[in-house]
Amino acid sequence: MIKAEWFYWLVGLSFLVMASQMLTDRSNPKRFGTTAFWGLLGAGFIYSSWVVEKKAPAEPLGAAVLVMIVLAGFGFTGRGTPRTTTPEQREASALKLGNKLFVPALAIPVVALLCAVVVKKLSIGGEPILQEGSETILGLGIGAVVALVVGMIMLREKRIAVPVQAGRSMLEAMGWAMLLPQLLATLGTIFQLSGVGTQVGKVTTSILPKDSLYVAVIVYCVGMALFTVIMGNAFAAFPVMTAAVGWPVLIEHFHGSAPAVLAIGMLAGFCGTLVTPMAANFNIVPAALLELKDQYGPIKAQLPTAGILLGCNIVVMALFAF
Amino acid sequence: MIVLLGVLVVVVGFATKRNALLVVGVAGIVTGLLGGLSPREVLAAFGSGFASSRAVTIFAITLPVIGLLERYGLQEQARRLIARFAKLTTGRFLALYLGMRQIGAAVGLTHVFGHAQTVRPLAVPMAEGAAERKHGRLTEKSREKIRSFSASADNVGLFFGEDVFLAVGSILLITSFVNTTYNTHLEPLHLALWAIPTALCALAVHGWRLLRLDRHLERELVAANIEPVAVEGAAK
Repeated sequence: MIKAEWFYWLVGLSFLVMASQMLTDRSNPKRFGTTAFWGLLGAGFIYSSWVVEKKAPAEPLGAAVLVMIVLAGFGFTGRGTPRTTTPEQREASALKLGNKLFVPALAIPVVALLCAVVVKKLSIGGEPILQEGSETILGLGIGAVVALVVGMIMLREKRIAVPVQAGRSMLEAMGWAMLLPQLLATLGTIFQLSGVGTQVGKVTTSILPKDSLYVAVIVYCVGMALFTVIMGNAFAAFPVMTAAVGWPVLIEHFHGSAPAVLAIGMLAGFCGTLVTPMAANFNIVPAALLELKDQYGPIKAQLPTAGILLGCNIVVMALFAF
Repeated sequence: MIVLLGVLVVVVGFATKRNALLVVGVAGIVTGLLGGLSPREVLAAFGSGFASSRAVTIFAITLPVIGLLERYGLQEQARRLIARFAKLTTGRFLALYLGMRQIGAAVGLTHVFGHAQTVRPLAVPMAEGAAERKHGRLTEKSREKIRSFSASADNVGLFFGEDVFLAVGSILLITSFVNTTYNTHLEPLHLALWAIPTALCALAVHGWRLLRLDRHLERELVAANIEPVAVEGAAK
């Protein structure tokens, strides 16, 4: 049986390999901090396997996470000069290869989907090939490996170091922002443990009329959007609103379909992302990038769409989730 | 009620543009302590939270192959693909861009398009070029409008396309949060399917608004046609 943990180890291992490359990269002025950050992340990925199984204490991992936060938060990480092709070489190569270039990229979702739908049902000797409940993650991992093999054969690239270096450059370019979604999920767990969701839930249920499904749907969706506007990120709003209204009221009390309620709730949050300056990388940075006089130009262009789509989400959830 | 101060930390932190990781770290510590956890339990909460949400970061496994393809011109090829549609009007071109962005994101190619990679170097010049071809020189106001709508096409396409791809961060966040918190079992695939209705609504609503942009520009530019002045050298 192929286990999900194996892929977490693969990801952790590639972070560790990339971290060792970072250590020797003298073009990066902050190479020691950068190495420490990605090295800790890689080691944390592997160590986590035992934390999940409760065979190792979680405290050391928590300390490592705080060290990563300090390293990135106080500017100890940086990036080196990527070793890559020139724009002219890429242009020539694109001209030569054409749309074939999309084939390996598209192999990732195709394989992921095949694993989640078809391979999921297969088993050898009574044991499923893919670990139950992790088919999608395994699909993504297998898809990435298949795509890499297809890509290397297609491009006649023999050195595995080339994609690893290219991946490292992308990792450095994204920097600590790549860890943000995972930390926001962690924050959500802590909010949940400390009872933030229950508190918001108490506040909302005190104003929420009993047994009114449609009002509850509206409160969940609008709450997701508003909370996202405040926090600048639907990922941070999701655990709070879900613990407050989504899970206890919509799913447990009104027996809504969990995937529908939660997926649409997240999308309602994205409507908030479209209209908040707090989501700087989507709304303010492009305004600067496009040299706009009005830094709220993109938000103004998105406002009506966000409003209408919030309405659509409410309607879709009310009609199909119950 | 006092644990809600943790939310306040996040709000103030993001509002004053502090480093996002630090904001999250401080908010986690403050909330944990206010919520009655001991310092040791706060550390453990960070650790187990990190361990159970690894799925959100697993997309990193696709970086080497995407990086390899980019070395060989993946982005350039994406550009050449859009450039075939250079003869469209501003609105139709941007609606097409929206559709391609959405399809790209829906199959996991979230980094192939983007504000820095495609909107500035490609979508804006082509959208402005289409308007100039039709109306001559642009006013500053209409230029701002075209650029704002170009940025919006990228955002809307990305946000309401990527959730259809089952391995994207937000889908995995939903499953890892709900599965660990409520001891249940949700499949990313089912969540991704439920993203499709909203994705279609987004395409229809924003696509329609982008198409209407042509009429707005027409009205604006015909009214301003007395002495239209363009910003020199702004079209990069």
